[in-house]
Amino acid sequence: MSGDVVDQIFIRAKQWLLSWLAGAPDWIVQVASSLLNIFALLGVFLTLFALISVLERKILGRMQNRYGPNRVGPFGLFQPIADGIKMLIKEDIVPARADKIVHFLAPILIAATAILALGVIPYGRNMTPFAIDGGILFFFAVGSTTELAVFMAGWGSNNKFSMLGAMRAIAQMVSYELPLIITTLPIVMVVGALSPDAIVAAQSNYSFGFVPHWFVTTPWGAAAFVLFFVSGLVESNRTPFDVPEGESEIVAGHMTEYSGFKYATFFMAEYIGMFAISGLAVTLFLGGWHAPVRVLQFIPSYVWFFAKLSALLFVYIWLRGTLPRTRIDHIMNFAWKFMLPMAFTCILAAAVWHYTGRGVAGWLWSLAVIGIVYIALSILLDTRKRFATRTYRFAE
Amino acid sequence: MNSVAFILIAILTLAAALAAASLPKLIHAALSFAVTFVGVAAFFFLLGAEFIGLVQVFVYIGAVAVLIVFTILLTRRDAGKDRGFNWGGVVIAIAVFGGLLWAILHTPAVSIAAPNIEALTVKRIGEALMTSYVWPLQCVGVLLTAALIGALILVMEEKR
Repeated sequence: MSGDVVDQIFIRAKQWLLSWLAGAPDWIVQVASSLLNIFALLGVFLTLFALISVLERKILGRMQNRYGPNRVGPFGLFQPIADGIKMLIKEDIVPARADKIVHFLAPILIAATAILALGVIPYGRNMTPFAIDGGILFFFAVGSTTELAVFMAGWGSNNKFSMLGAMRAIAQMVSYELPLIITTLPIVMVVGALSPDAIVAAQSNYSFGFVPHWFVTTPWGAAAFVLFFVSGLVESNRTPFDVPEGESEIVAGHMTEYSGFKYATFFMAEYIGMFAISGLAVTLFLGGWHAPVRVLQFIPSYVWFFAKLSALLFVYIWLRGTLPRTRIDHIMNFAWKFMLPMAFTCILAAAVWHYTGRGVAGWLWSLAVIGIVYIALSILLDTRKRFATRTYRFAE
Repeated sequence: MNSVAFILIAILTLAAALAAASLPKLIHAALSFAVTFVGVAAFFFLLGAEFIGLVQVFVYIGAVAVLIVFTILLTRRDAGKDRGFNWGGVVIAIAVFGGLLWAILHTPAVSIAAPNIEALTVKRIGEALMTSYVWPLQCVGVLLTAALIGALILVMEEKR
């Protein structure tokens, strides 16, 4: 069972560390165990943040036919350290008319909520930092607090650009939270549990040994995954939907009046939020830490989780290198007129899939439901310009 | 351990509530009110009602607090003005407090043996909502849909 040892190496390490506390009161052991989880989470994800900040610039550089950062260290890999030092020694400027307390608290709140959301995701076999019964609900409950933090940043800065950016951010976050949550509902319905561990466990089997039972392999799951991913893009303010901080219009949105380390905190919170939402997407749709084929199960579970997470993060960067910014009214129209009906259709299709026996018949039926609604919506929402006789609105 | 947590959460909640009632700037009061919601959610967690606690955070901080804050933002005329003393509010507060106190003092203390209480899981809440309480649930759903449509009609542009 050598594979098992590597798979559980972090669990063993934690148990070994906790064995030093043998004989201590129960609550000390509990607190120490939680603290270990928290430090491990922060260590892993802050390293990943440092890595992704340089990788993103490298990949974007590759896509735009230029070198990325390549001066500091081998391949520019020490760039985040240089950036961190620069951010720390920069002057922290607070506007004279700003609401000092609110201005100060906003970056703290936004980073704290982003990190909290990471706590309920299963990163490997027995590797859920905080396994709570309503984990999915916890994720969204914590995520919904971000809106208040963004508002605090916008209002506390006492700046029109900040306020406009915060309004845009909250408008699009509130709108896309609906499809985000509704697309997780079919999974919760099919699994019958709100706990991420149960959802991962429900995707553990394989058909014929090489088709994994991930929810993304069903038509409703695939549709829900795409909707979830797009909503995740909006929630983390990433590029086709980064109007809250559109440089060309409103400087940097709610982050306009932040400098130095407070700005870095916002930046970090944005990336951590991206990790959290991608981690949830992996958990819900891509089988969590399960291997894609049965023969590859000897590779440790956490390797699979982080491989899938990296793949999703690459798509985020890829989209940023490919797509221009969308207009805010288009984003809102898309949310309410297309995303929301499609999200509801996913619930219906999952129900059809369930009641037609979860087999090939169910697969085809749910595909039919999704297809019909998709085509109907496409025809209804078609706003392409058609050639017609020219009409003048102002010059009669 | 639990009583220590209870006292800490109680102090936090009461302090935030007091701040919400007394801070001069309306937006600070609203944000303190959100902290009060966190305290109430923490109480639910302490009592083992995980689901209710999460819904408290979700609905009250994610929606109600944002709604209040936006209401203040869109009606920000008297941002610097003194809020003054609201005697009507004092009367209502005392009446509600008295009513609650009366109810608490007249409730016979029930001592339930701890092992008899099953953990209030999401599954049990769902089953209860879908079996015994399905009609209230449907009525609330219809009411909320009506409210949604009403809001849409209010903001819809009038066709000329």
